[in-house]
Amino acid sequence: MFADFNKKELSGLAFLLFLGIGTPFIFPGYRIQMAELFLFMVYASTWNIQGGKMGYNTFGNIVFFGVGMYVCGATQIATAFPLGEWTAAGGIKTFIHTPKQYFSGIPLGIILAGIVPAIIALVLGSLLLVLRGHYFAIGTLGLGIASGEFATSLEIIGGGQGMTVPFWPKVAGVPHSFMGGGVNFFFTLSFVLFIVLFFFLRWLYKTRFGLILTAIRDNEDKAESMGIPTMHYKVTGWVFSAFFMGIAGGIFGNINGYIEPTEVAFAGATIGVFMVLMTILGGKGTLWGPIIGAFIFQLFKEFFWTYFLGWQLVALGALIIAIVVFFPEGIMGMLRAKYPALFGEVVDEEVRLAQVTINTND
Amino acid sequence: MILLDAPFLNLQALLDGLMVGAIFAFVAYGMALVWGVMNIINIVQGEFVILGGYITFAFFKMGFSPFVGIPFSFLFLFCLGFLIYRTIIFRVVDKDMFISILATFGISIVIQQIMNIAFGSQVETANSGLGTSFLFDGNITLSHIKIFSFIVCLLGAASVIYFMKTSKLGRAIRATAQNARAARILGVDTEKVYCYTYSINAGICGLAGSLVAMTYTLHPYIGLPYTVRSFMIVIVAGLGNFPAVLLSGLGLGTIEEFSAYTLGQEYRIGFVFLLLVLILVYRSRVLAKKREYLK
Repeated sequence: MFADFNKKELSGLAFLLFLGIGTPFIFPGYRIQMAELFLFMVYASTWNIQGGKMGYNTFGNIVFFGVGMYVCGATQIATAFPLGEWTAAGGIKTFIHTPKQYFSGIPLGIILAGIVPAIIALVLGSLLLVLRGHYFAIGTLGLGIASGEFATSLEIIGGGQGMTVPFWPKVAGVPHSFMGGGVNFFFTLSFVLFIVLFFFLRWLYKTRFGLILTAIRDNEDKAESMGIPTMHYKVTGWVFSAFFMGIAGGIFGNINGYIEPTEVAFAGATIGVFMVLMTILGGKGTLWGPIIGAFIFQLFKEFFWTYFLGWQLVALGALIIAIVVFFPEGIMGMLRAKYPALFGEVVDEEVRLAQVTINTND
Repeated sequence: MILLDAPFLNLQALLDGLMVGAIFAFVAYGMALVWGVMNIINIVQGEFVILGGYITFAFFKMGFSPFVGIPFSFLFLFCLGFLIYRTIIFRVVDKDMFISILATFGISIVIQQIMNIAFGSQVETANSGLGTSFLFDGNITLSHIKIFSFIVCLLGAASVIYFMKTSKLGRAIRATAQNARAARILGVDTEKVYCYTYSINAGICGLAGSLVAMTYTLHPYIGLPYTVRSFMIVIVAGLGNFPAVLLSGLGLGTIEEFSAYTLGQEYRIGFVFLLLVLILVYRSRVLAKKREYLK
């Protein structure tokens, strides 16, 4: 399984595995931040399928995140209690899940949180992926905000008030000890989701599918004229993204404990932009770029939240501008330009010099 | 159907729609300018509008009549646009369009948050003190400030067109929009042209914003709908077709008011964004039949 990994990838993976397995034992106080970090890596890696590999810059992947969150939460509730009564009760919790109810609701919720967004992506994709370039970007931006507004006006899921997600069940006043309690459980889920996504993408990018995505990015019309049904591949790519984004949303809803339509679920101005930013920061179109980007971004974010409290979003906006203006190729792009040999590119000094002379003559 | 039961509501919605549509058209006009000349989709447009509104509101809070704030909104936003161009935008002018979208998105987040910190997140309005007319036995209400803002928008649009047609800078801007490279060869300082185009756009937004502050409401987070509305108006009208911008602005305002009366106010923003998606998809379907693409 690891036969085709080179040394750098292996050490990166070892570091991630260390974070995933070691965190609960070494620094248990940071489990929530770490779970968030792995989820960030999931957001960025799924965005990278569209924005990086396929060249379709979307602001709309947040839709799948929000839908997954709501579907997961609603399923967890509805398997045990009537959903309408739960949300109507609002903050006052009158319904308590028994462990049996809770643990039967969670797997179903997580699975549905993947499947429902995937179906939505299938429908929306066949409509929207005919758009190109910035029209696609702005169209999906509109989609993200429209779905937030729609969720705000939907009473059964709590409308603008939002809804709470079931608490981790208690046995005789003590949290149920399954997998070491709620925080541990959702931390492990995020980690497993990320690892599954990582190996899936690593395999996907090496197949014909990955090549076709790159072909679409480079020149869609040519790819089409070579006989590739590009629409089919674009929609399938979006379905993959939606599936993983939905599950990530379901997990995040449970970690957060509370779902609100415009600030948590369909948070286009925060998470919807973060995923773009992390990918650009790390390097678009590479497997490791989004992961590195997410890691660095999470450090920045925690730093801002600690030292610029109240001004953290201003600082983040400034960070967006700085990254986009000065760093559009990302860390991977910068490394690649500086040390091409690291990426397996053989640079012939004579050819390079010849190219430079051609360029300067131009 | 509420519109059939109360026929006067149709007229009311039409009037309201035209009044608000004029503001949309004015803002869209600035966006078309920047898009056409610099090939940048200015996501920060809506935040400029709201910021202009808050400048007027600040004058109102200090005890002045909000009308005093109008020129200051224009000037302040003009200077801010100049500053933003000189620090950020000039670096992304000739880059990929997505880069400029993201950069202006970042600026919009910064402005939004600063407004939130400076003015608070409650809904504000600057009361102009002009009265309201009741027509048809009180079935139709028409506040005078709406008429005022309608007229100011039309005058503003007309004066920008006049400026474009007659002044030297206007001629340079139009030349750059047609072919930046040729303009540069013929001695136009395109960098300066870009800078003033961006500042004029920001000033237009500021002026429109002060009208929004007096006529409608302000809130730090309602900028993006204005951006999306102007984007929508521009893609329906086409770049550089200014009469069409005015018409589609008025049309959008009317459609929005009618939807607000039939579906309810709370669906208004959602309706705008859905309409954007529908227009985009419809347009690309039509173009795909002709084997063309939106580019």
